[in-house]
Formats: sequence, structure tokens, C-alpha cells
Amino acid sequence: MSTKPKDKTDIAAGLLLMAAAGFFGWQTVGLEIGTSLRMGPGYFPMVLSGVLFVLGLIVFLRAFGREDDEPFGKVAWRGILFILPAPIFFGLTVRGLGFVPALFVTTLIASQASMRMRPLPALILAVGVTVLSTLIFSYGLGLPFRRFGPWVQF
Amino acid sequence: MELLGNLALGFSVASSLANLAFCLIGVILGTLIGVLPGIGATATIAMLLPITFQLEPVSSLIMLAGIYYGAQYGGSTTAILINMPGESSSAVTAIDGYQMARQGRAGTALATAALGSFFAGTVATFLVAIFAPPLTTVALKFGAAEYFSLMVMGLVMSVALAHGSVLKALAMVVLGLLLGMVGTDIYTGTPRFTMGITQYADGLNFVAVAVGVFGIAEILRNLEDEHDRQVMTKNINRLFPTRQEFRQMVGPVLRGTGIGSVLGILPGGGAILASFASYTIEKKVSDRPQDFGKGALAGVAGPESANNAGAQTSFIPLLTLGIPANPVMALMIGAMIIQGIVPGPNVVSEQPALFWGIVASMWIGNLMLVVLNLPLIGLWVKLLSVPYYVLFPIIMAMCSIGVYSVASNAYDLFAVAFFGLLGYVMSKLRCEPAPLLLGFVLGPLLEENLRRAMILSRGDPMTFLTRPISATLLGLSLVVLVLVFLPQIRKRRDEVFTESDA
Repeated sequence: MSTKPKDKTDIAAGLLLMAAAGFFGWQTVGLEIGTSLRMGPGYFPMVLSGVLFVLGLIVFLRAFGREDDEPFGKVAWRGILFILPAPIFFGLTVRGLGFVPALFVTTLIASQASMRMRPLPALILAVGVTVLSTLIFSYGLGLPFRRFGPWVQF
Repeated sequence: MELLGNLALGFSVASSLANLAFCLIGVILGTLIGVLPGIGATATIAMLLPITFQLEPVSSLIMLAGIYYGAQYGGSTTAILINMPGESSSAVTAIDGYQMARQGRAGTALATAALGSFFAGTVATFLVAIFAPPLTTVALKFGAAEYFSLMVMGLVMSVALAHGSVLKALAMVVLGLLLGMVGTDIYTGTPRFTMGITQYADGLNFVAVAVGVFGIAEILRNLEDEHDRQVMTKNINRLFPTRQEFRQMVGPVLRGTGIGSVLGILPGGGAILASFASYTIEKKVSDRPQDFGKGALAGVAGPESANNAGAQTSFIPLLTLGIPANPVMALMIGAMIIQGIVPGPNVVSEQPALFWGIVASMWIGNLMLVVLNLPLIGLWVKLLSVPYYVLFPIIMAMCSIGVYSVASNAYDLFAVAFFGLLGYVMSKLRCEPAPLLLGFVLGPLLEENLRRAMILSRGDPMTFLTRPISATLLGLSLVVLVLVFLPQIRKRRDEVFTESDA
């Protein structure tokens, strides 16, 4: 089995597409389909999920019997670990902590995604970004953010 | 002349002090991000989009447009000096431009790129001014069926012109359409795919999806492999081309402008294809084809003119039909919608100041770029030495602020993280994000027009084939789709993209 050539990337892509189609298809179950004259909210999504599933299946099936023409390459695990939580942290704390502390920590988290970033430059960068952004967005453009939120009011 | 009157109106709008300032900010920002490899125009516009909401609609669109064509200019600087395209559309410029730089002709290459782009930009601006109004009168006759077919054609074109597998690009469009369905159904008010989260009842935030799929995914890709960049700065010679070099430029620039203008209008097309097509043609018509790849002036002049012309004329479908020709135009549509402007043929008649102001600002912006770029080239070059690990935390901070400021909705930031991951996984699986974003933008419009057309035709799907414009558009889409699946064309297409990747 394992000696047969197969394009692993496309197998994964096909499975992912079919999974996405499955999710949308499952979500349309409760929706009214309607008729082609008066389409219900479920009509178009149902058709699309079907098409997506078929496309995913074809991608999946065609992956067998041919080599992976391009290796998968490295995965930026460190990037995923620090870049993705940054906006989530900002979203969770911008109200509570306020704009200034939330942005400071967000920048600090994001800066950890690179192996080359040392602690001190990261700190300086985060301070710089926070000060400049506060000046530009909060004072300059007057965006309606609380600079310091209720969690840090004493 | 009505055209002159309209242009006068446009210039009076675009030359107000505030709009000149925003145009300047736009082109400077655009050049900046164009120069820096690893941050594309799409990602930047997606990130800056929310910040422009505080501005007047005209000013914000002028600034965003400036970023877009500024990036085309900046991209060529990077391509010539470090053999690395700052923008994907200047990939072709790197082939001969970098060779010229190695021969000590970097200054000539940069000046050629700038002058060629300026000429192309000027011509393309006039094309927009001349062709956009008559197209809108055609577009006003469009009914729901025609709009549906037109969008189908746009999506098919975006599939045809995407890199890699046609099948996967098609799947990306469909996935994008489905993601566009998230939110409340317009006819019945039923929530769809929101998983009970009321914050997503208005649909997924367009800015969040765009920032995630383009911006975050791009950062993650760059973090895979961190290495230093080498800059060819030492030998920038005299900037201005000699008379003989001027004569060599004229032909390629004219041909490049023509090719770029036509390809820019096509939905799904745009600057990348234009620059490649121009390079191929220059190589064919040249009496010294052996010079190409070794520092041929025509190899810089043609593609640079073509990608700039294409960048400008891609505004035609946007301004007349409200249909985006590429992801950047999709972002512009997002900008218009959030500003309360419905993109489409009515923009010209209802908002003439906005329409002509944008057109006029394109020419002013191009002029600014020539003036800015030639003397300031040294400054841009210095920017290339800023390390990436300093840049991306700044980008992340701007993303977070930007996305949150659209609607003060923390769930939009969660969506950014989710779509960042999705975008990264997709790029790992060699699926293109551009068709997904186009599908996402067009999804709701497509569904609305489909349902309306079906109601109007009393449930008869033949309406799409009995109405001539609609039938023509669908026929064209079918032809394109068949063509890209034909083995011969497919091979040629693969060659095109492999070469442009190199």
C-alpha cells in the first residue's frame, strides 16, 4: 500500500474540502429549502455544499497514483503559537484592560513569534508601538476606545 | 465636451488640499509596502481599510487607490535591486531589472520602470474616463439575471487565472461563496451558519476575513524561514535614461500599456498576467531576443507599463458594474459598502464628484509617484534593511486595532485568528486565497440576484439563457472553463505561472 505513489497534499486538501462541505451541509439541514421559484434560505447553500463535496472528492481521488510534486515544507509552529493568539488576546481584553495595556501585551505576544527577537528589543518595540498608536488612533483620529479600562482602575 | 467638464469636476475634487494630502499618504504608504517584500498590497489595504472609515468616502477611496498603484511602483524597486519581487506583479521585472542592476545600470532600470509606469498610468486613467460612462449605461439595463451571469463569469475568470490546480481554485470559490452566506438570510431573516453566535448575525466581517486570509497567512508563511536579505544598493548610477535608451523604451511601453489596459478590465485578471504577457510579446517582437534575461531594457519597460495600466483599468468593472476584478478591488467594494455607497452603475450618476474625483486622483497620484520615486529612491532602499522581525509585530498591532475599530466587535478579532489559520493551512495545501475572497464578496450578491431572477421568471431557469446578454456571459464562462481544462492550454498556463514564479 505505502509504496504506491500518492500526493499527500492533495489528499489533505480533498479531505479538508469534504469536511467543510459536510459542515455546511449539516448546518443547512434545519433550513427551509423552498422551491426553485421561491428559494428558501437553505436552497443555495445546499447546492453549494453539494458542489463543494464533489470537488473535494475529485481532488481526493485524483491524488492517488501520482507523486507529490512539491513537498509540504516547514510549518511555522512558533508563528502559529504566538501570532494567532495576539488578536484573540486583544479582543478579549480591549474592553477590560483598555486600549493601551491591551495593545502593549498584544504586540509583545506577537513579537515572540520570531526566534530572532530578543527580550529587550521586543519590550522597546512594544512600548514604541503602543505610544505611537495611542497618539495616532486615540488622540489623533479620535477612535472611541477607553485608554485604560475598568480592570486597571484603582 | 462632457468628458472635459467631468474631468474638470474630478480634478477640482481631487486637488482639494485634504484629498491631495490623502492621495500623497496613499502613494507613500503604497510605495513603502510595495518596496518591502513580504507585505502585499492586498494585505495592507485590508489592514488599513478600517482606519479609513473615519474619512470622507472620496478621501478614503482616493487613499486606498493610491496604496494600490503605489505598491506597483514600489514593487519594481525591490525587484530591480534585490531580485525579489516586492509585489507579485513585478516578478517579471526582476528577471531583466536585476541583471541591469548587476551591470551597474540600476538607475536606468529604475527610471525606465517609473517613466513607463507613469505613461501607462496616464493612458489608463483616460481609458477609465472614456469607457466607464458608456459602460454604465449598458450596465443600467442589467437585470437580476444579467448580474448573476456576470458574477458567474467573474468567478470563473478568477479560477482560470489563479495559480495551480483549476479544481482547487474552483473549490475555493465555492467555499468563499458558502462563507459569504454566513449571517442572516435577506428574504426570511433566518440565521444561517452562525452556530448561535449573535455577533455573526450580520455575516462574517469582510475586513476580518481579508486580513486573516491574506495578512496573517502571509506573516506565518514568512516566519517559516527567516533569513537575511541582500540589497544591491552600491551602484545606482545616473537616473535619467539617454536619448538612445528613450528610443528603445517607446515601443515596449506603448505595447505594454495596450496589453495591460485590456487585461486589467477582465474580471479575475489584472496586473500579474499583464506583466507576463507583455514580457512574452516583447521577447517575440525584439530583434535581439537573446538579450532577454541578461538585462534587456524592453524587459523592464514593457512589463512595468503593463502592470501599471492593468492596475488602473481594473477600476473600470468596479466603478461601472460593482464587480471586483481582483482581490484588491474586492476590498474597495468593501470600503464603498461600509461608507454607505452601493457600488454599481449608479455611482457615476448619483455621485459624480466621487467617481470623477477618484479618476482624476489616479493621474495626480501617478504624477506624485514619479516625483517621489526618482529623487527619494535612496530612502526606499534604506527601508529594505529593516528586519522582518521588527515589522510583523507592528503589522499585528495595526491589524488588531484596525479590525476592532470597524464595529468594536471582539468576535471579529477571533475571526481574524481563525481565518489566519485557515489561510495558512490553505496555502500549505496549495489552494489560492484570491478566488475564496472573491467568492466571499460576491456570495450574497450572487444568491440575491439568483433568487430575484427566479422569482421574476416564475421559477423558470431558462431565463438565464433566453436573455441575450445573460446567455452571452454564461456562454463565455463556459468557454473559459472548458479552455482551462483542455490539456494543451493547461500546460501552457502551468508554464506561464512557473516562469512568473521564478
